[in-house]
Amino acid sequence: MSIAQVPDHTAGTAPRRAPRAGVLASTPGFALALCLTLLVAMAAAVQVGAVPVAASDWWGRWAASGDAPISGGAYVLWELRLPRALLAACVGAALGLAGALTQGLFRNPLADPGLLGVTSGAVCMVALVLTVFAASAAAVPPAWRLWVLPGSAFMGALGVCLALERLARWLTPGSVAGLLLTGLALNALAMAVVGLCTYLATDEQLRSLTFWTLGSIAGASWAVVAVLAVALAVALWQSRQLAHALNALALGEAAASHVGVDVSRLRARLVLIVAVLCALAVAWCGLIGFIGLMAPHLVRGIAQGDQRRVLPLAMGVGALLLLVADTIARTVAIPAEVPVGIFTALIGAPMFLLMLRGMARQQGGHA
Amino acid sequence: MRGLTAPLSRRTWLVRAASAAGAAGTAAALAAPRAWASGERRIVSVGGALTETLYALGAQAELVGADTTSLFPEAARQLPSVGYARALSAEGVLSLRPSLVMATAEAGPPAVLRQIESARVPLALLDADHRFEGLLARTQRLAELCGRADAGRALSNELQLAWARTSELLARHSAAGKPPVRVLFVLSHSMAQVRVSGSGTAADAMIRYAGGVNVLGSVEGYKPLTPEAAIAAAPDVILATEQGLQAAGGIDGLLKAPGLAQTPAGRARRVVAQDALLMLGFGPRLPQAVAALAEALHGKLA
Repeated sequence: MSIAQVPDHTAGTAPRRAPRAGVLASTPGFALALCLTLLVAMAAAVQVGAVPVAASDWWGRWAASGDAPISGGAYVLWELRLPRALLAACVGAALGLAGALTQGLFRNPLADPGLLGVTSGAVCMVALVLTVFAASAAAVPPAWRLWVLPGSAFMGALGVCLALERLARWLTPGSVAGLLLTGLALNALAMAVVGLCTYLATDEQLRSLTFWTLGSIAGASWAVVAVLAVALAVALWQSRQLAHALNALALGEAAASHVGVDVSRLRARLVLIVAVLCALAVAWCGLIGFIGLMAPHLVRGIAQGDQRRVLPLAMGVGALLLLVADTIARTVAIPAEVPVGIFTALIGAPMFLLMLRGMARQQGGHA
Repeated sequence: MRGLTAPLSRRTWLVRAASAAGAAGTAAALAAPRAWASGERRIVSVGGALTETLYALGAQAELVGADTTSLFPEAARQLPSVGYARALSAEGVLSLRPSLVMATAEAGPPAVLRQIESARVPLALLDADHRFEGLLARTQRLAELCGRADAGRALSNELQLAWARTSELLARHSAAGKPPVRVLFVLSHSMAQVRVSGSGTAADAMIRYAGGVNVLGSVEGYKPLTPEAAIAAAPDVILATEQGLQAAGGIDGLLKAPGLAQTPAGRARRVVAQDALLMLGFGPRLPQAVAALAEALHGKLA
């Protein structure tokens, strides 16, 4: 596949060439600042929490003596806090990357991985497992029960997303708008199933479903972090290869085809990457909104719409947003915990509004 | 569903109190964990009725934390809060250095329960059983878990005595041959729909214990109710929680829900409200709760 070099300013939305002052406005400067902030945030995140952690806890593993409860700082640090901070960063990065890819695919800044049926697919499966198949889920061996919900959410997200791609290819071949419309219909269908399950659910099942949809990073473990980190690395490597094609797609489907981009192939690969990333995130953490939508916006101005820069930067911003939000969520009401989704929007939305104001000024009043 | 929220391991004992005999058998098979032989006992209780029972057993000095539903007695509100039962935080719970975590089967998320278990903190999950026998089994189990078997037996005897008194009053009332009171329990109501409780719910059990008839006994679980169905059900009394009634804006607010004002209860403005934890918690105040509800439904008993 020959991919034409396209100018850097072919933005996913509108080209933004306005020069900006300061080192932060340049891509390398911003990337460096982002990395440093992320490191500082990570260091801060593992330091704060309900259990005080001493410096010695970093190298002293917890002393396992018989059957006594372990509540030392070392255990909390290594088994709870570190995996949780890393998982927050990984999930944030995955959502940021998936969001940037989705917006690039749909050439629409309002696109969100949810449009591809990831969210509704996961909720649909979880609702079915919690209500209709509650009896068969109870038959799962106790050791595996913990994995029933994440497993079904993953299958649901991936299943609906890939079914959507297939269906759209059959119904409206080669049209991105067709993909969007098919997605709307499938989402509505999945949400109808959720509605039906909600109606059939007992009070207890209903509350379980509600709390699952609120989203939480509390269930972090090293195994989950490892799986997500590997998926993230593969996804980043894959999407870097697609960045040129995505830049071409920003000019329109016809223009992209003319410069040699196989749009339908590109679409299939993008959907697969987004599906896997979001399915993993949603399976273990439930629904965490806002990041997939906002992270790409926050960096697009700086990266001037060049997908080669937007993708990694959106990942970084997503990671930072979710890490900070989760750290606040678990420390603001010690020893209780507040749903993380509240803080992603609470921090992200004002940040986004500030960016919007900056953009509007540069472009003479309309962003 | 219960199975899902309860990842069992050798440290988790889900007391299946479905039958009191079965539960007693399970409880007898489990000895108190070794960890408590040394060190002090520190209990985190997740569930309003559990906390209430621990206070009734005199174990309040050992309580180091409770969830947001632990509202009675007043002193329980002063305990460090571990948040809502379904959104616990492993680190938050562990920071209280508990030697035992007691929770209802709805506690979660499951991954956090697993984390608490991997920190070797004994975790006891107690099933909610909306029957008096379930309460007795739960009380016994809690008493054994916190090493207060004697206090548990005393409390059980007390409960049985109070229960016998209440039952006797109710039996005398029903022998008098008055027509049964038809009750509609309203869980909450939003703009257009009322959520009511059918069979298998705590409210349904309470209505039947108090000698009333749940007009929606043929429906299962909490369900939205159409105005027409509310009118067709023709309840004599509308029952609500005090908290729910307050949220609805008092009796006037509640009767604004479509259909409710046209029922016999609505026309006579017969709305009975009771404290949520007292009425639906199935804690150690169950005999009083049933007596209070029965008096509210039938007037002074005997």
